[in-house]
Amino acid sequence: MSDSNKDIAMAEAPDGISGAGFFATSLEKVIGLARKHSLWPLPFATSCCGIEYMATMGSNYDISRFGSERPSFSPRQADILMVMGTIAKKMGPVVKQVYEQMAEPRWVIAVGACASSGGIFDTYSVLQGIDRVVPVDVYVPGCPPRPEQILDGLMRVQELAESESLRRRDSPEYQALLASYNIK
Amino acid sequence: MATENKTAELTELEQFRKDHGLALHEERQLTTLNLGPTHPATHGIFQNILQMDGEVIVDAVPTIGYIHRAFEKIAERRPFYQITPLTDRMNYCSSPINNMGYHMAVEKLLGITVPKRAQYIRVIMMELARISDHLICNSILGVDSGAFTGFLYVMQEREHIYDIYEEVCGARLTTNMGRIGGMERDLSPKALHMIDEFLKRFPKVWAEFEKMLTRNRIFIDRTTDVGAISAERALSYGFTGPNLRAAGVDYDVRVMNPYSSYEDFEFEIPVGAKGDTYDRFLVRNEEVWQSLKIIEQAYKNLPEGSYHADAPHYYLPPKQEVYTSMEALIYHFKIVMGEADIPVGEVYHSVEGGNGELGFYIISDGGRTPYRLHFRRPCFIYYQAYTEMIKGGQLADAILTLSSLNVIAGELDA
Amino acid sequence: MELTNENVLGKIISEFGEENIWDAMNPDGIMTITTNRESIHNLIKYLRDDKELQISFLTTMCGIHFPGQGDKEMCMMYQLHSLRHNYRIRIKVFMPASDPVMPTMTDLYATANWMEREAFDFYGFKFIGHPNLTRILNIEEMEYHPMLKQYPLEDQTREDKINTYFGR
Repeated sequence: MSDSNKDIAMAEAPDGISGAGFFATSLEKVIGLARKHSLWPLPFATSCCGIEYMATMGSNYDISRFGSERPSFSPRQADILMVMGTIAKKMGPVVKQVYEQMAEPRWVIAVGACASSGGIFDTYSVLQGIDRVVPVDVYVPGCPPRPEQILDGLMRVQELAESESLRRRDSPEYQALLASYNIK
Repeated sequence: MATENKTAELTELEQFRKDHGLALHEERQLTTLNLGPTHPATHGIFQNILQMDGEVIVDAVPTIGYIHRAFEKIAERRPFYQITPLTDRMNYCSSPINNMGYHMAVEKLLGITVPKRAQYIRVIMMELARISDHLICNSILGVDSGAFTGFLYVMQEREHIYDIYEEVCGARLTTNMGRIGGMERDLSPKALHMIDEFLKRFPKVWAEFEKMLTRNRIFIDRTTDVGAISAERALSYGFTGPNLRAAGVDYDVRVMNPYSSYEDFEFEIPVGAKGDTYDRFLVRNEEVWQSLKIIEQAYKNLPEGSYHADAPHYYLPPKQEVYTSMEALIYHFKIVMGEADIPVGEVYHSVEGGNGELGFYIISDGGRTPYRLHFRRPCFIYYQAYTEMIKGGQLADAILTLSSLNVIAGELDA
Repeated sequence: MELTNENVLGKIISEFGEENIWDAMNPDGIMTITTNRESIHNLIKYLRDDKELQISFLTTMCGIHFPGQGDKEMCMMYQLHSLRHNYRIRIKVFMPASDPVMPTMTDLYATANWMEREAFDFYGFKFIGHPNLTRILNIEEMEYHPMLKQYPLEDQTREDKINTYFGR
């Protein structure tokens, strides 16, 4: 074993029963573990926060350490929709369309004040928070948030992904939530 | 020879069609391609509906306004002091230039002269901002033509610039740096040290980055004669900044209408010849070197003195005085509540922003807010030439042209 | 020839006459003159094409709204720059709100296209002869011109912000 392999951090095994040559746990936990460490973001960067995402993606902060190695620009293969920056009313339908194109399970992070609530732009042309068009899982405050904060937001989604039950997306509550946004 | 053969074949095909009674349609089949508003290669949200003949762009219809935030309307409702944060969010790649440009415009209205030291500090910060702006543009141009390494490499240097911002004003990106009347605090010894370190380290990094692309065969082939615009058309389209200089016009606000003591510094204005993507790349590259030269001169000759103007009516008093002196408390209150006495007037002030002439046109009726504040946003003005620049070119070239123009969505849509 | 406010103004007045050029002032070092709708196109063309002046760069243009000013309620501001002589000039045209019609400058400057669309979007100016006068920044469905002073800035759909606390 070479020295460089010492740096590799192994994910903790979920609770289970182990014995000679076997380890048993529930499928849900294994899938949660796998999902947690391979969340592909769709960077929906519109303005200033997008520039901070560039820094997060860059070498200093390196979002790939958290399994988000591949920014997926196609919504079909993305797991997280990261909305970064102001969403104007003209842009609102586009966000919704992108969300609709994503496959389940899908999570949404509203990065920055504008995506969360409209921020300082309480104006006629700006959508006052993306939660008016799509359901949001994690809000990251800041104008713009520091890269560390964006990473923290990603880690919150990792927690959600790890602990989410496989049937959550079929539950009537979830269906009702989507129906309230008029998303099929 | 090859073309001759081709025409011969075509006529043969036509003959065949005629013989068999097939339709002789010579119409081109156009494809409509929707580029944007969320396209990974557009770095911002612009929509272009392209009419394509194979790989060649026949026509383009741009749509903008996807992040229209109504800056000009907000500015009519905010006291002068609360407008600086708005300017941050216009060209967020080089916020300090916007901040200080706005401050200088208001100072012109108020008739405040800023001491030399404050002017030099401003120059240092503005040139750092220019470096970070050009650095993103050029490295993204590398990414779009297939060289991701350069981007990751210079991104580290941008972090160092952000560290300097952070030491000077506390924020990384949307800096809100300085105040009307000067800077909010002097450069700390740590900040000076960081600037010194930056000046020592950065040239090496930039030289390496330059080496990777400037004489790179692939890069040259991808960028020469791509998205070219002539000087006449560029002027008619209102181009300014590096994009105009790449077309061969040496218009630079820093030289033509010097502000903030730019006349004290020795620097050159690089100009291109053809106005194509490669020229724009080279001009930005060279401007980074010139900016470094300016920072070095300003850093070496940083004058002693105050870092802000002696204008108690408009410049916030130090906090300890607010707590101990009545007069300072009144000034503080008036400024914070936006009740400072603003003269009636009308000013236009422009600075050389990252993308060109960034102008601020203020009409004041003596009230607490500007009556009208119009921003001359260089991106908005030159982006309309994009259609003309990409017509007849290939789709892949259109992407490169867009990145080399450095269109910033926040500035475009206001 | 060195361009000064005096000789530029003299040249313009001798070309267009006192009845078309008035209110020359110098608020910030940039000469500001007022003209009328009929002369503005010719004036900008003259400034561009005159061999001595060469004021041939349209820096910016914008609309301004002065409510309650009667015939001077709407204003269109043009700012031009002579790169050759480094000389700037500002031209204003006033008109009543009921009739915000202007000739287009798109035939003189390509850059006027989007600037005029912006002025239409914000203030409702109609530019005669503009090739494509549609909204540029706001959504097509918008029914008013938001920069006019009588319209509110804030988003009207918010219920969580109380006017008393947020000064809305």
